[in-house]
Amino acid sequence: MLELVNVSFKVNDDGEKKEILNDVSLTLHDGKFLVITGPNGGGKSTLAKIIMGIEKPTGGKILWNGTDITNMSITERANLGIGYAFQQPPRFKGLTVRDLLSLSHGSTLPEDQCCTYLTNVGLCSKDYLNREVDATLSGGEIKRIEIATIMARNVQLAIYDEPEAGIDLWSFNMLIESFKNISAKNNQSMIIISHQERIMKIADEIAIIANGTVSKKGSVDEVFPLLMSEFNSACNFR
Amino acid sequence: MQKVDSHMLQTIADLHEVPQGAYNIRKNGESAGRASTENIIIENKKDKPGIDITVKPNTKNESVHIPVIITETGVDDLVYNDFYIGENADVLIVAGCGIHNSGDKKSEHDGIHRFHIGKNARIKYVEKHYGEGTGTGENVLNPVTEIFMDENSYCEMEMVQIEGVDSTKRNTVAKLQAGAHLLILEKLMTHDNQVAHSDMTIELNGLDASSQIISRSVAKDNSEQVFYPKAVGNAKCRAHVQCDSIIMGDAHIRSIPEIAANHCDANIVHEAAIGKINNDQLLKLQTLGKTEEEAEEIIINCFLR
Repeated sequence: MLELVNVSFKVNDDGEKKEILNDVSLTLHDGKFLVITGPNGGGKSTLAKIIMGIEKPTGGKILWNGTDITNMSITERANLGIGYAFQQPPRFKGLTVRDLLSLSHGSTLPEDQCCTYLTNVGLCSKDYLNREVDATLSGGEIKRIEIATIMARNVQLAIYDEPEAGIDLWSFNMLIESFKNISAKNNQSMIIISHQERIMKIADEIAIIANGTVSKKGSVDEVFPLLMSEFNSACNFR
Repeated sequence: MQKVDSHMLQTIADLHEVPQGAYNIRKNGESAGRASTENIIIENKKDKPGIDITVKPNTKNESVHIPVIITETGVDDLVYNDFYIGENADVLIVAGCGIHNSGDKKSEHDGIHRFHIGKNARIKYVEKHYGEGTGTGENVLNPVTEIFMDENSYCEMEMVQIEGVDSTKRNTVAKLQAGAHLLILEKLMTHDNQVAHSDMTIELNGLDASSQIISRSVAKDNSEQVFYPKAVGNAKCRAHVQCDSIIMGDAHIRSIPEIAANHCDANIVHEAAIGKINNDQLLKLQTLGKTEEEAEEIIINCFLR
C-alpha cells in the first residue's frame, strides 16, 4: 500500500517561494489502478517523481507498505518494487533495446519474453531488439520502449507519466489492452498520469490534481462524469 | 605460455589459445610464434623490424592474428607491418598490443601498419590497446596506420584503447580510390593523468569513394584527449565524421574535425559533441535499481561498446 501523507513541494522561483504541491494526501491500496489527471502545471508529474524519489518533498511523508521511504534514494525505492516510466525517456548511445529490457528485468531476458513485452506496446520485436535506444528512434518508439521496460520489471507499483503522449492510435489500443490485463491480474498497483478518457475508464480510481492539491478523488463512476461536466462548462481544468 | 601472457592475449585479441589460421605473436620485441597458411604468408622484413603479411587474391573467410605483448619494463619496440591484400580477398585481421609494466621504466610499442588493399578486396581490422602493471613506468603506444584502398575495396577498422595506456599518439592516414569504402570506429578511454592524441586524414580521391569515421571517447580524472579527424574530398564522394565524447572529473577534451572539398560533388559532413553523462540517463538506470556508480559504468560501457 502506498500512502502519501501531507506531501508538499515548494521551489524557489526567482527568490519567490512557489508551491507546486500543497498538503497532498493519497492512499493507493494493493492491486489498485489509479489515474491522476488535471490541468497542465497542476503538479501531477512532480507527484510521480516524488513517489519514485527523483524529487524530495519539502514537507510530509511517503509510506510504502508501512515503511517510511521519504528519505530513501531512487535505487532503494526501485529495489522495494516501485517502477517509473519517464514522460520523456532518455536515450542511450550503444545500449540496445534488448539490453535495456534485460537491465529492467534484472537478468538477461530471452528473445521470446522480450518479444512479448514489445508486442504489448505495439512494437515488432524483430525490428527493435538489436536497435540502440538512441536518437534514431522516434518519440513514439522510445516512449513505447520506455513503457515496455516497466512491464519487464517485476514491480509492485508501476507509475506511468503520460504513457499515451506521442503514441499512434493502433499502438494506443495495444497499450490500453496491456493496462487492462495488468489491472485484471490485481497483483500490481498502477498510477497512470493521463488526460486520456480511455485510460481513465479502465482505472479503479481517479484523482484530480489542480493547483498543487487533490481537488477530487474517488471511483471512476464517481469522478469521471464530474470531470466531463466540469470540462463542458468552461471549467478550471482547461 | 605464462599466465600474464595469456591474460594479455585474451584482453587484446580475445585469444584463449594459439589462434586458428595465420598468426604472428610478438613478445618483448621478438617473435614468439608464427604460422602462415596456404593463402596468407607472413614473412620477416629484410631491411627493418617487422613483417610482411601477404593475402593471396580471392582468399575468403580467413583470419590473421598479430598480437603484440610487452611484459618487461624499459622495452622500446618499433615495428613495421605491411599488409598486402590481394584482389577479391575477404579477411579478418586482429591486431592489438598489451603492455604489462611492473617496473619503473617506460615501455613503448610503436606499430607502423600499412594496408595495401587490392581491387574489390574486403578487410575487417580489429585493434585493441591495453596497459596494466603495478610499476611507475609509463605504458606508451604510438600507432601509425596507413591505408591504401584500391577500386571498390572495403575496409572496416575498429580501433579500441581500453585502459591503462599512459600516453598515445595515433596517426591514421587513408587514401581511397573509386568506389572504395572505409569505416573507422575509434573508441578510447583515458583516466588518471593519461594523454591521448588522435590525428586522422582521409583522402577520398576516386569517384564514389565513401567513408564514415565514428570516434567515441570517455575522458576521466585529469586525463587529456585531442581529436583531429580530417576528411578531404577530391572527387565526387561522401564522407561523414562524427566525434562524440563523454567528459568526467577534471578531464580536458579537444575535438577539431576538419572537412575539405576540392570537387563540387564532394559531400562531406562532420559532427562533434562533448558533454558529461546525461542526468536523465543516470536517473533512468537508478529507477531500474542500479546505484549511481553502477549506472555510470553501464552508460560508459555501452557508449564504448
